[in-house]
Amino acid sequence: MSLGMTLLVALRALRRNAMRTVLTALGMIIGVSAVIVMVAIGNGARSSIEANIRAVGSNVVNVNAGSFGMGPVRMGAGNTTSLTPEDAAAIREEVPGIRYLSPGVNLRTQIVSEATNWGTQVQGAGPDLAQIRSWSTEFGSFFGEQETRTAAKVAVLGAVVRDELFGPGADPTGAMIRIRNQPFRVIGVLTRKGQAAMGPDQDDTVVIPYTTAQRKLLGITHIQSIMLSAEDGVPLDRVSTSITNLLRIRHNIIGDQDDFMVRTQDEMTSLFTSTTDTMTWLLAGIAAVSLVVGGIGIMNIMLVSVTERTREIGLRLSLGARDVDVLLQFLVEAVVLSLVGGTIGLALGFGASYGVGRVVGWPTLVSSDAILLAFGFSAAIGVFFGFYPARKAARLDPIEALRYE
Amino acid sequence: MAQPVIAVRDLTKVYHLGEVDVHALRGVSLDIHPGEFVALTGASGSGKSTFMHLLGCLDKPTSGDYHLKGRDVSKLSSRTLAEVRNREIGFVFQGFNLLSRTTALENVEVPLLYARVRARERHARAREALDAIGLGERLDHHPNQLSGGQQQRVAIARALVNRPSLLLADEPTGNLDSRTSIEVMGIFQQLNAERGITIVLVTHEHDIAEYATRIVSFRDGRVRSDRPVPVRREASAELVTLVEQMAREELSA
Ligand SMILES: Nc1ncnc2c1ncn2[C@@H]1O[C@H](COP(=O)(O)OP(=O)(O)OP(=O)(O)O)[C@@H](O)[C@H]1O
Ligand SMILES: [Mg+2]
Repeated sequence: MSLGMTLLVALRALRRNAMRTVLTALGMIIGVSAVIVMVAIGNGARSSIEANIRAVGSNVVNVNAGSFGMGPVRMGAGNTTSLTPEDAAAIREEVPGIRYLSPGVNLRTQIVSEATNWGTQVQGAGPDLAQIRSWSTEFGSFFGEQETRTAAKVAVLGAVVRDELFGPGADPTGAMIRIRNQPFRVIGVLTRKGQAAMGPDQDDTVVIPYTTAQRKLLGITHIQSIMLSAEDGVPLDRVSTSITNLLRIRHNIIGDQDDFMVRTQDEMTSLFTSTTDTMTWLLAGIAAVSLVVGGIGIMNIMLVSVTERTREIGLRLSLGARDVDVLLQFLVEAVVLSLVGGTIGLALGFGASYGVGRVVGWPTLVSSDAILLAFGFSAAIGVFFGFYPARKAARLDPIEALRYE
Repeated sequence: MAQPVIAVRDLTKVYHLGEVDVHALRGVSLDIHPGEFVALTGASGSGKSTFMHLLGCLDKPTSGDYHLKGRDVSKLSSRTLAEVRNREIGFVFQGFNLLSRTTALENVEVPLLYARVRARERHARAREALDAIGLGERLDHHPNQLSGGQQQRVAIARALVNRPSLLLADEPTGNLDSRTSIEVMGIFQQLNAERGITIVLVTHEHDIAEYATRIVSFRDGRVRSDRPVPVRREASAELVTLVEQMAREELSA
């Protein structure tokens, strides 16, 4: 039988059991749309992160205390006391090409206003942070050298924190808030940046002088990180090498593991994007499991179909069908089934990606890769899971099949 | 005499049912020549259907030879066997075996699909076959919209559409009333007489066997008797008298 006719016969058989076809295809529909949505979200997150990090500026270098894999205990960044304000000062003095530099001491805590309270990230920083992160203020201003030197209890609020504590759009400059039971004066509100694709909301933060964070809130003398930006045109890898060399000397590190990490913004970008990529493939992989489940559904229904149509198969064999004809008939049916599911799933995945994008406010990107993948996958699943039932049909003995009750 | 269509020698068939061997055929030898109309009779379980399946290349014998038109069937590949079933043999079953929810025309087209005949010719030939059998008006009917006799006629049209030289029918009238049986036998006699198609027909009704030219009787997997029909019944003539009789009855009522 010609392939065209085989296709026609398959379509008819599927239409005859329309409800069953739809239910069976549902597995593929869910699987394919899930894969599409997951990849779309992942791609969206990636491009959003890239855009965000690019907005920070590509000339930024981060130094973090601690390192992964230090000593017998693997410690996360920021868990060691080895990085000091003197290190920061030395970097600024001795490493050429640095424009802005801000030491960092962060903590999570509850912020209390007269009316309410809000848990957020408190960033202790230097006055340069505003320049490094291109932050402007909506109200008031950022703190300066003076406040930093004196460890003044002043705070600049992110837009989200202001919204939560004082109401959306309010100007709280001059108001008092309490951080760990100490009174701080609000001196400014940062202009809103918008939700980042990953990590904490950039607007959900409070910035205070790092000296204040050290002395008044934590009672420490070390710092956790240093963020700096280079002069235009200065190669970042040279800056980061100089910093590394300088800190090794200052920390007396010879051949051992460094107790700090220096990362350029590009490295941060690729770190984040590779994390999102991993996440994307993980999610897509989980979604692909539902494709396999869909495939098993197809196999199941094809086996039922072969059993139901045993007499028909016997009849066709007696009328001159070759075993390949029978094999193809059922294989094509399975592939059509899974492709129908794949196509509907693709449409649904498009719609859902768009919907998710609207809801979370990221661009979700349905790539042509994902489309090809979905189609390839569903066709492959049709062939893979359809083959066994089809072969079973093709191997039927004509007489036994004709006698089948 | 011309070469026989069917030449079987010492054909045996054993079914293995667990521990038990069922000897369905115990050595059958038979020649059937072109243009013959043979009726196979015998008690239930005597091996008639088994023999027909072997003749139709739907099954393989345990031992013995079967030459179809001079070709040794046991030497043919499964692909060639499918082709033989498709081109050279028409099969009619007791239970009609039509594809449900498929029109009469499409049912008749099935063998042509496997012969890879193009759509236009396929439709034309199927239509022609149904016309010849008096079902030209019912092309678009599904089996469940047809009477038993009509369904069997569709099945006959399907068996003939690829112009085989051999027609095998296993109790084709088994599910039909006597009048419809006569009609079907009339079709067989007409095909046999006008187109010279060789027909082998299984029946356990003696009066049906008498429409044939030769009766081969089976018992316990062997040929018990093989004789020509002395006084052959003529279905067409019987139908005419039957119709007249019915008309008279209707008048008197
Ligand atoms: N697939 C099978 N497996 C086992 N035994 C079988 C099989 N087919 C037929 N037989 C046995 O072979 C013998 C002959 O069966 P067959 O169907 O040929 O008889 P038959 O003459 O056609 O009978 P009937 O007039 O009832 O149709 C019977 O004893 C039957 O039980
Ligand atoms: Mg039988």
